[in-house]
Parts: sequence; C-alpha cells; structure tokens
Amino acid sequence: MAARTFTIDGKHVSADESATILEAASEVGITIPTLCHLDGVYDVGACRLCLVEVTGVPKLLPACTTRVAEGMDINTDSERLRKYRRMTLELLFAERNHVCAVCVANSHCELQTLAYTLGMDHVRYEYTFPRWPVDNTHSLFGMDHNRCIMCTRCVRVCWHIEGAGTKNVSGRGARSQVISDLNQPWGTSETCTRCGKCVMSCPTGALFAKGVTVSEMERDRTKLEFIVTAREKKQWIA
Amino acid sequence: MAQRIIIDPVTRIEGHAKISIYLDDAGNVSDAEFHVVEFRGFEKFCEGRPYSEMPGITPRICGICPVSHLLASAKAGDAIMAVNIPPAADKLRRLMNLGQFIQSHALSFFHLSAPDFLLGWDTPPAQRNVFGLIAANQDLARAGIRLRQFGQEIIQILGGQKIHPAWAVPGGVRSSLADDGRAKIRSWLPEAHATTRTAFELFQKALDTHKREVQFFGNFPSLFMGLVEPDGTWEHHGGKLRFTDASGCIIADQLDPKRYAEYIAESVQPTSYLKSPYYSPLGCPDGMYRVGPLARLNVAEQMGTPKADAELKKFKKMGRGAVTSSFLYHYARLIEILACLERVEILMDDPELSSEDLRADAGINSLRGVGVSEAPRGTLFHDYTVDRDGLLRKVNLIVATGQNNLAMNQTVAQIARHYVRGREIPEPMLNRVEHGIRCYDPCLSCSTHAVGQMPLEVSLIGPDGALLHRIARG
Ligand code: SF4
Ligand code: SF4
Ligand code: FES
Repeated sequence: MAARTFTIDGKHVSADESATILEAASEVGITIPTLCHLDGVYDVGACRLCLVEVTGVPKLLPACTTRVAEGMDINTDSERLRKYRRMTLELLFAERNHVCAVCVANSHCELQTLAYTLGMDHVRYEYTFPRWPVDNTHSLFGMDHNRCIMCTRCVRVCWHIEGAGTKNVSGRGARSQVISDLNQPWGTSETCTRCGKCVMSCPTGALFAKGVTVSEMERDRTKLEFIVTAREKKQWIA
Repeated sequence: MAQRIIIDPVTRIEGHAKISIYLDDAGNVSDAEFHVVEFRGFEKFCEGRPYSEMPGITPRICGICPVSHLLASAKAGDAIMAVNIPPAADKLRRLMNLGQFIQSHALSFFHLSAPDFLLGWDTPPAQRNVFGLIAANQDLARAGIRLRQFGQEIIQILGGQKIHPAWAVPGGVRSSLADDGRAKIRSWLPEAHATTRTAFELFQKALDTHKREVQFFGNFPSLFMGLVEPDGTWEHHGGKLRFTDASGCIIADQLDPKRYAEYIAESVQPTSYLKSPYYSPLGCPDGMYRVGPLARLNVAEQMGTPKADAELKKFKKMGRGAVTSSFLYHYARLIEILACLERVEILMDDPELSSEDLRADAGINSLRGVGVSEAPRGTLFHDYTVDRDGLLRKVNLIVATGQNNLAMNQTVAQIARHYVRGREIPEPMLNRVEHGIRCYDPCLSCSTHAVGQMPLEVSLIGPDGALLHRIARG
C-alpha cells in the first residue's frame, strides 16, 4: 500500500497505487463518463467512454482500467475528449437498433442519458440496421439484442457476483453477442438462478423484466450496488 | 371508354390523398376512388417485438389519434394475458377515451369543418380556416380551441405530459386519477358544456342554410357499425358490435368483436394502401358500412345520459330509418361531445378512479388477442398473434378511415356528380369534395390541415386515357 500523488484537471490528488484513475477522480468529486464500468465488479475497458488524456502519453487511456502513477498529469475534459466520446456514442447507436421513443428503458437509460449530456445531436455514421432477435423465452426476463451495447456488465455480475456463469459472449466484432449457457434460449438455461442481477446491471433497455412497456424499465441501482459492494464495505449482517 | 378524373396531392410531404373520379361514356360521373397512399408498414414492422411493447409502439401509427391505438392495443394485450382488468382500470381507460373523443371532435368541428360551413364554401382558402374563424367570430373560435384543450387536459392528467403516453398497459393502467386532476376536470366542465351548447345552436343554423349539402354530401344507403351495450345503449370502449341498415333495422347484433373475421372481410384495392372492409354476409359493395359518430348514433338506441338522449331523439328524426347523410357526421360529433361531457361528469364523482388496484398480472395465456375500442373516427381493431414467449407473429389493424373508405368513395362520386359537366373540372367542386372527405374526419395528415386547404391536384382523363384537364392546388 503505497500512496501516489498526481494531478487530475489541475487538482493535486493522492491515492493508493492500486487505484484506477476513475476511482481517484470520483474520490475527489470529478465525474468521468462511463458505460461498461459498474461499481463493485472488475473493469474490462470495453466501452472507451472513460478515455482521458495523460500528459506525455500520446494515446488516450481508459480511466477505468489505468492505474494511477506518481506525477501523472491527467486531464478528464477537453474538446478532443468530448469529440471522441460523442463519436463512441454515435458508433454505439449506429451499430444496433435504438428506437428510444418506444424503448422500455426510455428516460431511464444510461446510454440515452450520456447521449444527452455529452451533446450527441446527430449520428454521423450510417445506421447498420442489423437484424437481431429478442429472446423472450425466460419466465421472468427478456433480452433484446437490438439494444445491447456489449458492455458485458451482465456477464460480469452473472459470473462474479451471482456465480452462476450463465451469461457469456460469443462471436467477434459487430457480430458478437451476449448468450446464455451454450448459446441457447435463456429460458432453457440450467445454470440461470433467476436472480435478476444481470437485468439490474444493464445500462440500456437490452435486459428487462418481462411484460414492461415503454419507459417502464426502471432499475433500482442501489440494490445492485449494495449487493456488489456489501462485501468490501462489510455491510453483510454477520 | 370510360373517362377518369384524378385528384392528386401536390405536396408530397403533407398530402397523402389522391382522388380519381371515373366518367362513363356519356361523360357522367360513374364512380370515384379516394386513394390513400400513406403507408407506414406498421403491421410488418411490429413482428418479432414483445406484445407488451405495443401500447408504446402503436400510438405512433397516427399522431392524430394515439390514444385510440393505445387503448385498443392494451385491450389486445389483456386478451393475450386472458385477464379481467381491475374495474378501476377500465373506468380510467374510459375516462381517457372520453377525453380523446372530446378533443378530437372539437378539433374536427371547430378547426377543420366549421370554417367551411360558417364562412361559406367559396370564401378564399386563405380565410376559410381557423384563423378566418377567429376573425369572424373570435369568441366561438376561442371557445372551440378551449374545448379541445379540455379533452387534451384529461388525457394529460391521466397519461402525463408526454405526447404518446404508454399509460394503458396490458392488464390495466399505470396510474390513477390524482385529486388535483379530478378537481381541475370538474371545474372545467361547465365551460365545456356552454361551448357545446353554442356549437349546437350554430349547427342548427348551418343546417337551415345547408339543405343541399345534407342532400348530396354522402347521402346514400349503407350499413352502419358500432359498439353498443347489451341493451343497445351507445358504447365507446366495451360492449359488442351491432350492424344496422339504411332503414334503421338491426341486421346483426351483439357480435363478438373478437370474431370480426367472421363478418368483416377486407378487400385490398391495388390503388390504395387502405384496406376496404365490408360486411361479408352481404358481399362487396352491398356490405359497405360506415363507422364513426354517424354510425354509432345510428346503431345506438339511446346515449345513456339525459342531455345527449334528448339530442339523439332530434337526430333520429332527420332520417327515415337511419340518418344517411354524411354531412350529419358533424351533428353526430356534437352529440357525442355532449355525451362524453355527461359521462366525464358522472365519473368525477366516482371514488374508484383513485384506486391503487390498477393492473392485473399474467403470462401468455392466449396466443391471439383482439382489442376493440371506438376511436373518435370509428371502431378500431387491434389483432395480435403471438408465440409462446409473447413475441408478435402477426399483427392486423383495422382502422376507422379504412372502414369508411368505400363510403368516402361514394361521397366523392356523389358530390362530383353535381358539379362535373363536360370535360373540365369546375373550381367550386374542389372545396366541396374536400369537405365531403372532412365529414369523415379521416385520420390522414392531409385532411387535418387546420390552416388552408387540402393540397389537391385534379386531373381529368378522357375516354382514351388522355389528360383532359388538371387543376393543382395546395
Ligand atoms: S437502450 Fe437506451 S439508447 Fe437504446 S433505445 Fe433504449 S433508451 Fe434508447
Ligand atoms: S445486455 Fe445489457 S448489460 Fe449485458 S452486455 Fe448488453 S448492454 Fe451490457
Ligand atoms: S467505463 Fe472505461 S471503458 Fe467503459
């Protein structure tokens, strides 16, 4: 346990060497936009929304997976960063079919909220309009691949919080998708414990409670947060 | 060889209607067709989606009557779940539908139609609109706008501020009527009643000066269809279907709306994206029926509320048997506004509207669900077929404007017959044809131009198919 001192947006900060830039920033009240990061689960750096500038490093670094280092000079906001973040969002929207107006997550969606707050007013890439199915075979939950951004939060909570290991990723690139067990209908999964943690963790309308209509998919993140952080914070009742 | 007159939209963005008038060898109008070329492919587009999303998706079919699609869609969902929704939810849905009737009918009457018959057919289009009405009779125009707002307010109080509220859901509704909303509706009622009264008086006067219009604006025998209660009382959300004929006789009653396919067939015309349904036992064209206010009042024996009942009696006297002139859709609309106001009044004293027991829950218990509700323009059917997981396999929607399509054709033909002489399209005919269509208040963007007129293009085609004359307007 050694402390490191460095600056974030000109602010002098110190944090443990094990901390990521994202953790250190949030510690001092600096918000960095994220999508694939979920408190309490390990990070994978999948979405690239948390990119920051570090003086002397030519490329942009993901704040969620980059550890702090002595003397680092970190910049979390610039015209260049805003441009890249918007671009990333546009690519996410162009990659699948997001029709917010009729989406179960409308008004409660992290992707949509980020698009608003980061000023994404256009999608300059051509929409790909892929044909993705909806898996409604589970008795409690549904999955609409059209709205999945492949953040893999659901996969991580399924393996590392619930320990069921139902959710996985198959395929590559634009054809990669979240699957259940051996790529079978979710409802036929033998490992799924029906805990619903994946649904709680999903930032978009991809995972939902069955039967919800437009805007109804509100997630109680505090419950999830409790489940994922209670162990570290020693909140479990002995 | 027959001749053909085509009335075509000029502004593609706004106009979506096209009219052909056919002339026979003698140069007389033999037939007319009102084509709807507005096609949004909703039925196909919904396939594969969970049925529970439909109340959110279908209101977007039409920006003019989203509430009607919302309610029919939620009802189709109830049928798939095979549940009885809580009584409070049914009452709340009804309240929203009443609000929708009021706002839609007020728009049709005051904004779209009144300028025609209050300011005169041949008033220049620049004045023959709601602004012209404001100039001529500011109080009336303002009152009409307020009446529409009242209906919209009811919808908003229930569904929230959003334009397309997915407030009704399979199994019930999402929220009840709050006390402040109830108070607001209650305090607005007297004003709404007063405006409706004025509208009745005005329309009575208009009737005296529009005897000709009553005669030939879609005055022909047809069947009429609408929902009624078991005792024949006017219905707008529940009940069963009734068909009456032009003599006012009931030809079929208490038909289960879910089995519509047994008595309604749809002829798809190559020239229109609208399907033209007809009453199948009588075949086409004898099975032509009208829906909407005129039809509902023809099939109903009573309105179920005192003031509207008194008006219904007067209305029924206007026909021998059924009231067959489509010009009287306007009158029927006013009577329905009155009935809605009375029903809203009754509901305001109902404590159940504040109930928290609003939503039934169930899985997929039926692979097919049909939801039927009266929309302001007529009976609306939503028919969904789902797989075991609730994903839509097939969607069939039958909308009011489609059901009135055959009658609209006849109306246009009848009006044209009065004006077309020879090889030219007379100017005055356009305004009348436009109004003939407006009687049905069709839910097409082109017909709802509050400002100005429908964009039209009229072409007269000779016996050999050659263009004789074309008038563009819009
Ligand atoms: S998941 Fe979010 S961004 Fe995608 S359609 Fe739904 S609300 Fe819009
Ligand atoms: S389903 Fe949701 S949580 Fe899972 S990868 Fe897709 S967007 Fe992320
Ligand atoms: S939050 Fe860091 S890459 Fe997604």
